[in-house]
Order: sequence, then structure tokens, then C-alpha cells
Amino acid sequence: MTSDARTPDPEKEKRKIKSAKKMKEIMTSYYIEAKTAEQTGKKVAWITSGGPVEPLLVMDIIPVYPENHGAMIGASKMGVDLCEKSEQMGYSRDLCSYARADIACSPVNGGPIGGLPKPDMLICCNNICGTVLKWYEVQARYYKVPLFILDTPFCHTEFSDEARKYVRKQVDEYIRFLETVCGKRCDFDRMAEVGKLSVTGQRLWQEVLDTAAHKPAPLSAFDAFFHLALIVTLRGTQTVIDYYTGLLEEMKERIRSGIGAVENEKYRLLWDNLPVWYRTKWLSEKFSSHDACLVADTYTSAWCGSLKYIDENDFLGTMAEGYSRIYLNIGVDEMAETVIDMVDKYDADGVVMHSNRSCKPYSLGQYDIQRIVQEKRKVPTLMIEADMVDERSFSESQIETRIDAFMEVLKAR
Amino acid sequence: MITMGIDVGSITAKAALIKDGKLLSTKVIITGYNAKNAGETVFEKILTEAGLNPSQIRGIVATGYGRNSVTFAGKSITEITCHAAGANFLNPAVRSVIDIGGQDSKAIVLDEAGKVKDFAMNDKCAAGTGRFLEVMARALEVDINDFGSISLTADNPAKISSLCTVFAESEVISLIAKGEERRNIIAGIHESIGSRVAAMAGRLGLASPVMMTGGVAKNIGVVKALEVKTGKPIEVSEMAQLTGAIGAALMAMTL
Repeated sequence: MTSDARTPDPEKEKRKIKSAKKMKEIMTSYYIEAKTAEQTGKKVAWITSGGPVEPLLVMDIIPVYPENHGAMIGASKMGVDLCEKSEQMGYSRDLCSYARADIACSPVNGGPIGGLPKPDMLICCNNICGTVLKWYEVQARYYKVPLFILDTPFCHTEFSDEARKYVRKQVDEYIRFLETVCGKRCDFDRMAEVGKLSVTGQRLWQEVLDTAAHKPAPLSAFDAFFHLALIVTLRGTQTVIDYYTGLLEEMKERIRSGIGAVENEKYRLLWDNLPVWYRTKWLSEKFSSHDACLVADTYTSAWCGSLKYIDENDFLGTMAEGYSRIYLNIGVDEMAETVIDMVDKYDADGVVMHSNRSCKPYSLGQYDIQRIVQEKRKVPTLMIEADMVDERSFSESQIETRIDAFMEVLKAR
Repeated sequence: MITMGIDVGSITAKAALIKDGKLLSTKVIITGYNAKNAGETVFEKILTEAGLNPSQIRGIVATGYGRNSVTFAGKSITEITCHAAGANFLNPAVRSVIDIGGQDSKAIVLDEAGKVKDFAMNDKCAAGTGRFLEVMARALEVDINDFGSISLTADNPAKISSLCTVFAESEVISLIAKGEERRNIIAGIHESIGSRVAAMAGRLGLASPVMMTGGVAKNIGVVKALEVKTGKPIEVSEMAQLTGAIGAALMAMTL
């Protein structure tokens, strides 16, 4: 048998997700539109990944996500350089690497796309963490632009009426803030439409993720990490719906043709926490070499996990609860229940937890979640220590040993 | 049938030969700069000493952090599986293994058949490993082999609280400057390793009997500290440092 390096491996080609090309085009035009906003007279808002983006779309503001940018920086392996730069600026290495990379990017227009477009305003929702408050304050001072903070109380066990009123009131304040900055009124009919589009997009994303319940899984968590960008950045637009409709169809077709994300899927694993952006390929190949597929993850499903609280016919009235009860803003017991539900839904043989040095709210309860999942489902769990963007916190030989040993345990069961 | 296990660790490379289910011979050398060379050297040395030639070896399994650089091995298997197999060979009753090697520490829980049920490893930091002890031995100008016996004479172990090797070293240096006795500092270092490893092992739920393996098991001070911190008696085989290599040789029987 001869092999030619220039000829693509047909096996690999077969497994490639064809929609990905379209997705790259969408993301490129999205960033071009955002980067040229100054010329086109559109306003740009920087917003946290879990923030309510829908009112921005209603007001014709282009939302830009420093966290998505952080992921791009990580994936382009530009994280260390920017993290070091931020440390020179005086920020501690213990801070989130998304925050460090973003703050360091601003004065130098660094990163893979030469920096984000200058914001006209900043929208910060603390449902994902507390770091964003200080991070956005720093950026508001740097760019001298107004900052709106939406405070979502932590939902230890429930979402009280007081909390609902408190957040609902802020949603009104948020809209008034946007009206003031833009100098125009909010169109509430359009708000209802965008809300419906957002819910439809989230449902479709959940359906795409659900296809991985099939054996073999047509997509892996690594694929989900990539395709996630749309539900994060363009949630509330028809573009997301069209794209995920196509992606869902492709996944169904793969199921019909028996195409799995991993060639010989024998072991099905769940991933917890953010991806290790600069090592997704290495990790994907590592798990594939053991015939293991990461079939689902708690991260990408966080953008559709609180759908049950949202009424698409009363988006504005229910989004307070939907945005408050996301995966990172609930108690550890409920997080563990979510993981257990996923173990059942996707029939996972084990759980891989990324203890992420950057993301404290995500990593804090992991030992408890690990214990609860092991007790209730008797599936082995693996903890690996790394960071989503800062490669200095990744030790290949140690992580390789842990994964190899974990797979030896799974295979011996 | 003769099989070989090669365990290339960060500090030493070990080899073991198993013949018909019995331990035939062992060898330990310093790994040094080149893990690949260390694997080859320990392979040649153990064969020469045992008067065997390579063709008499039925299978070879490599383990340890340098396992993938032992290219002539039939298979590489992680230290976790090999230490479990080795400990099971040394004492089939063992249900938990604490292995402290040069660059990592791990706790392993075994099932009734001696197979790995669960394991935990130290975080990236070197504190609580053999390398940590080496750094401390240098700061204290004491031969690392004397650490165990010196610490047993301590009357008031010093408190070392830092979570990081570098900070712990400065802590030790400031203790020296304050005139703290060596024996108490060394005992304090052992206690800090004991606490750290016991915390990791505690998450797994150690089952008795517990065996300690790996090079650091030669240090009686660490073993005693671990017994106190885990509240369990810990057995140490004379073959502690060779447990991984022995386990690898046993795994090679099934190649």
C-alpha cells in the first residue's frame, strides 16, 4: 500500500463535518461586520458570554464577546504571550486567562484578528462569574464607555420571587440604558421576535447536541466546542437557526450512514468545564487513540440548559429566570444532578473533569460533583489540571499519564 | 518464560525480570538526561548481570514517565496499572497503594482481584514528591538517604505550610536562619508531604491494607508521617522502588 501525504485520508475526510466550512464563513463575516462598525455607523457592545444579548439585537447593536475572542486566542496558541503581557501590566497570574488575554489585547490590538472592535458600551452579567465585574470595569475605564451590570443572584436551590423581581427590574433598566446610549426607543414587537428566534436557536442547538446520544456519536464534544460559537455570538438571529438546521440534518445523515466522530467508538465519555483551547486536537487524538469519544459536555450545553425556564411567548418576562439559572449560577447539588442526567442521557462510561485554573466557579465544586457522580452512577471519573488559554498550566506528560491510566481502568472493567 | 518490566522514572530507571511467575532479577540506575538511553542501559545491564541474552526475553513492558521512549518494549502501560500489579504480586492482600516517585505522587485503590478501581494523582506542583525531598536535602546539606533516620529523632517537628516547593524551600531556609534544628525541619518536611498525600488519598477512601511503593518509600520518616496522617498502618516492601518495574514485567506475560 502506498501513501501520499498530499492525498487526504479518506477515513478522516469521511468523518469531517461538512457544515464547518459554512460556519467559518459566518464567523468571518460576523467579525468583519463588527470590525467595520465604525464605518457603517453601527454601535458595538461587548458582552459577557452568558449575558442577555437579545435586547442588543433589537437595538441594532453588534454584540461582541471577549470570551469568544479569548477562546480564539487560546486556540491560536497566542494565550501565553498575552497573559504575560497582562502580568507585566500588573495583573496577577491567578486571574482568569480570558480576562488577562483580553485586557492585554486592548492596548496592542493583539490576538488572531488584531483585537476586537472598540466598544461603544459594555454589558456585564455576573451569572457566569464574579471576575467579569472587575474585568469589565477595567475595560470601561480603558475605553471610557458606559458599563451596564446585570446582577443575577446565585441560585443555591431555587429562584425566589424576590430574585425574579430583582432581575426583572434590571432587565427594564438594561433596556433604558440601551435606549439612552442609542438615542432611540426599544421596539418591543421586535423584542418578542428576537426572543422567539433565540429560543428556537437554543432548542436546535440542544437537538444537535442530543444526536450524540446515538451510538456511535455523530459528533464529539470537540466538534461541539467548535460549533458552539454561533449560539454564543449570534443567538437571537435567523443565521443561527439556519445553520443549526443544516448541522442537525448533517448529524442525522451521519447517524443514518453510521458515521461516528471517532472511528471505533468503544468508550463514551463526558467532559466537564471549558475546553483546553490550545490542546483540543491533541486531546481529541489522545482519546480517539483509546477508541474513546467525548460524547457530551457540560460546557456547550450551558447555552441551552436553562431553556425550561423561558417562555418563548413572554421572553422579556421570563429571561430573568432563564439567565439566572444557568449551569454556573446554581448550587453544586444541582450541577451534580445535571452531570448525572447527562451520564444517563448519553450513556457515558466515564467523566473527564478539567480542573481549570482560570475558571473558579466552574472548578470549585468539581471534587464534590465527582464524588456524587461516582456514588450515584458508579462511573469512573478523571480529573486533569490545566487552563483554558494559558499553556503554562498544561503539563503534557502528566496529563497523558492520567488519561492513559484512566483508559486502562475503563478497559479493564 | 522470562519477561521484563522497565520503569523509566524522572530520577531513576528500574528493570525487573520475572521467570515463571517469580522475581528473577532487578536493576536500578540513574535516569539522567536521556530517558531513551536510560531504558536501553538498564535493559542491557540487567541482562548482563542475569547472564541472559535478549532473545530469551518473551515480552517487555515499559512504564514510568519515560515509558514511550522505550521503543523496544512491546507495550507501554502507565505507572498506575503497573504499581497496582506489582503491589498485588508483593502482597495480594493489599487494597491500596500510595506511590511517591520523583515527580508525582499517586494513590490507587485496588479491587479484590488486585485490579485498579480508582486512582488520584498530585496536581502539577512538585511538592510532596521525591524531587521536593531532593531540593530540601540540598538546602539542608544532608544526604537524602539519611533523611528518614534523622527525622525519627525529632522532638518538635517544624511547621512547613507552603504549598509550593519553591516557597517551602524559602520557608526551610528561614527556619535554618532562626536556628531551628535540622532533625525538626526534616520531620516537618515529612509531615507536610504526609498531609498533602493523605489529603489526596483521603478523597479516594483508602482501604487497608495499604502499601507504599516508589523510591520515597525508602524514607521511613515519610512512611511514619503518612501513617499518622492517614490513620492507617502502611507496609513497605524491600522492593518498593521496583514495584512499577515488577508490575510491568508481570503485565508483559500477557503480551
